[in-house]
Amino acid sequence: MEGLIDKIMLKFVKHHMETIAGIEIYPIISFIIFFTFFVAVLAYLVFQRKEYFDQLSMMPLDEENASTNKH
Amino acid sequence: MEKETFRYDNTIVRKFAFATMAFGIIGMLVGLTAALQMVDPWWNGLTSWLTFGRIRPLHTNAVIFAFVGNGIFMGVYYSLQRLLKTRMWSDALSNINFWGWQLIILSAVVTLPLGITSGKEYAELEWPIDIAIALIWVVFGLNMFMTILKRRERHLYVAIWFYIATFVTVAMLHIVNSFELPVSLFKSYSWYAGVQDALVQWWYGHNAVAFFLTTPYLGLMYYFIPKAANRPVYSYRLSIVHFWALIFIYIWAGPHHLLYTALPEWAQNIGVVFSFMLIAPSWGGMLNGLLTLRGAWDRVRESAVLKFMVVAVTCYGMATFEGPLMSLKNVNAISHFTDWTVGHVHIGGLGWNGFMTFGILYYLVPKLWNTKMYSTKLSDFHFWIGTLGIIFYALPLYWAGFTQSLMWNEFTKEGFLAYPNFLETVTQVKPMYAARAFGGGIYIIGVIAMLYNLIMTMKQGSFQKEEEASALPLAKEYEPHKGEGWHRAIERRPVQMLIFSLIAVAIGGAIEIIPTMLIDSNVPTIASVKPYTPLELEGRDIYIREGCYNCHSQMIRPFRSETERYGEYSKAGEFVYDHPFQWGSKRTGPDLHRIGAKYSDSWHFNHMLDPSAMSPGTIMPSYPWLFEDELNTDLTAGKIRAMQTLGVPYAEGYDQIAVEELTYQSESIAANLEKDGIQVLPNSEILALIAYLQRLGTDIRPSAPQRGEYGKSNAVVEKPEIVQK
Repeated sequence: MEGLIDKIMLKFVKHHMETIAGIEIYPIISFIIFFTFFVAVLAYLVFQRKEYFDQLSMMPLDEENASTNKH
Repeated sequence: MEKETFRYDNTIVRKFAFATMAFGIIGMLVGLTAALQMVDPWWNGLTSWLTFGRIRPLHTNAVIFAFVGNGIFMGVYYSLQRLLKTRMWSDALSNINFWGWQLIILSAVVTLPLGITSGKEYAELEWPIDIAIALIWVVFGLNMFMTILKRRERHLYVAIWFYIATFVTVAMLHIVNSFELPVSLFKSYSWYAGVQDALVQWWYGHNAVAFFLTTPYLGLMYYFIPKAANRPVYSYRLSIVHFWALIFIYIWAGPHHLLYTALPEWAQNIGVVFSFMLIAPSWGGMLNGLLTLRGAWDRVRESAVLKFMVVAVTCYGMATFEGPLMSLKNVNAISHFTDWTVGHVHIGGLGWNGFMTFGILYYLVPKLWNTKMYSTKLSDFHFWIGTLGIIFYALPLYWAGFTQSLMWNEFTKEGFLAYPNFLETVTQVKPMYAARAFGGGIYIIGVIAMLYNLIMTMKQGSFQKEEEASALPLAKEYEPHKGEGWHRAIERRPVQMLIFSLIAVAIGGAIEIIPTMLIDSNVPTIASVKPYTPLELEGRDIYIREGCYNCHSQMIRPFRSETERYGEYSKAGEFVYDHPFQWGSKRTGPDLHRIGAKYSDSWHFNHMLDPSAMSPGTIMPSYPWLFEDELNTDLTAGKIRAMQTLGVPYAEGYDQIAVEELTYQSESIAANLEKDGIQVLPNSEILALIAYLQRLGTDIRPSAPQRGEYGKSNAVVEKPEIVQK
């Protein structure tokens, strides 16, 4: 019994997804996700208003007044 | 809406601060011991507990997980409450986190000197401790998340993103790298073997640097530098780019520890490309930290806190510039296996983590004890002697690294190795090791000054157990801004942040590791490579126990200088039964992959008993206990069964005859030694170690004995020609 669990775990770790058809495409998909996400972050940062970030960057300094609890 | 009043918990911060101070000095003193052992082996003593091979893992574990680990918790527990305007969710969990972590450290302090180790760098702790680490880490994460959920600030400040990424990634790395099959309470074998094990280990090892030593400290930087300078971070926009770029790219960089090894080429190249790209986010973050002080540089003159933080961030910049360069294959060919690497990591360790921790301590202690620093003169002294310590530590090791590399690669006009005896390259850099120990020593003097200064500060102040604060509760109805961006939506949603971070790091990890497991062609098998005999396997476990991998590699790179010196370069297929792999990362001594059958049994016998008798001037310690202790064979059968479970093709029922086989081979080596006039204690551990060393790298030799079936006849070590030195 104890050996059985070990073997199942090992199978999970070692022999795996060989059988999945077209596994080569996965890295490409992940690269596209990453790249798109990254470009989107950059675009967002460029178009956000400066005041918003100014407000956020004050967070550690302004201990008395919560600055973002409404929005 | 009414303001709510609540109290920050300072006692948990104080606890972690004390632990940081205590383990800082302990971990560094252990490091100094290791440094002195490299100057003169006398420092090893004659007890097995204090030899370099066991002390060095103790040092790395102590400074990484005890000193920096407690430093992380100290900073996070302080800043998280204030950034979220709430007390920690559960005082009980905070305390479980604290005491659990200290117990783990204590168990490391006991087990590592006893030689209880899994043999994988920076992950040496055995499986029960691994499980404890996972549990306590989850306690920390749970406490952090529940605190985030009951926050009074809608937005999560960028420091908290770094904390979240740290939590999820360390959990993932630790669990994946710690897959091991227990043989007993104190012994386990890695699930992975050879190339796979190396890849998983360095995916873990590199990202331990990234997500234990870097991201949490970047979070602390984004909180404590603005606090200490009393001005907001230079660019909040940049911090967002910094965060996503760093966690996406870092996770891919691990294979740069394995360049020119038997790792498949494509995996090495992924490592190089992503490591080089890391310069961008790292320097973005460094500049963001430094430029926070724009227009306030005059304050650096007066504030010890800022002095330490400025040098810390500068060292971060240096280390993250150097790292990508060292990841280029041509530079790595020079730096790898040399002391350059050790110098590099200590710029990060002493400079970035050390100085950042000191800066935070100098900031927190007067605040928590509601007083001023006891002595600014003393903290200035600490700053200067610490900075000098870093320089005296690192420069000699850069010098030593280049010297080693140049000497290893030097050929005479006739085409022979200029320094065929490896020992010459060791004795040459010994003065550099002495200078390094001096640098480390004065750095520690600075730390002692800091401890005194902090304790006196505590004495003159009075500790504020709790700090009252008030804030408006989080508005139930969220009012989105006009034209709110999608990223802003993530920024205030911690669970989504966790999931996105996990996806980011999991993608990189999966692509790096899964293919070598999936595709057999990535690790070509070699027909003549056979499993270890029971005695060799026991000998290998002694090799792991004594931490031989801390000074000796088992990986000959395909360079002429290495094949001339050591023999045929290492092939991936030679390591398929190595649970765990023992490639090593540093050559304080020579590579051992082709040591098998190079010297006689009696040479190894004498060398392990008194290395300096065989190699005058060597810094290798002697191992007298191997000659006195009998090999414990209680676990041998279990070890064979464990190996079978892991896929090592021992014949069915081989575990039953394993001890018999072991005794047979052991007696044959003893007989062989007797021919040279050496009397050896029957079944002593040294026989197993000799068996393993004589086996190393011999499987692919044309003259290698054929071990088709496993039976008595095959267990005998048949010796190919023996080259006497």
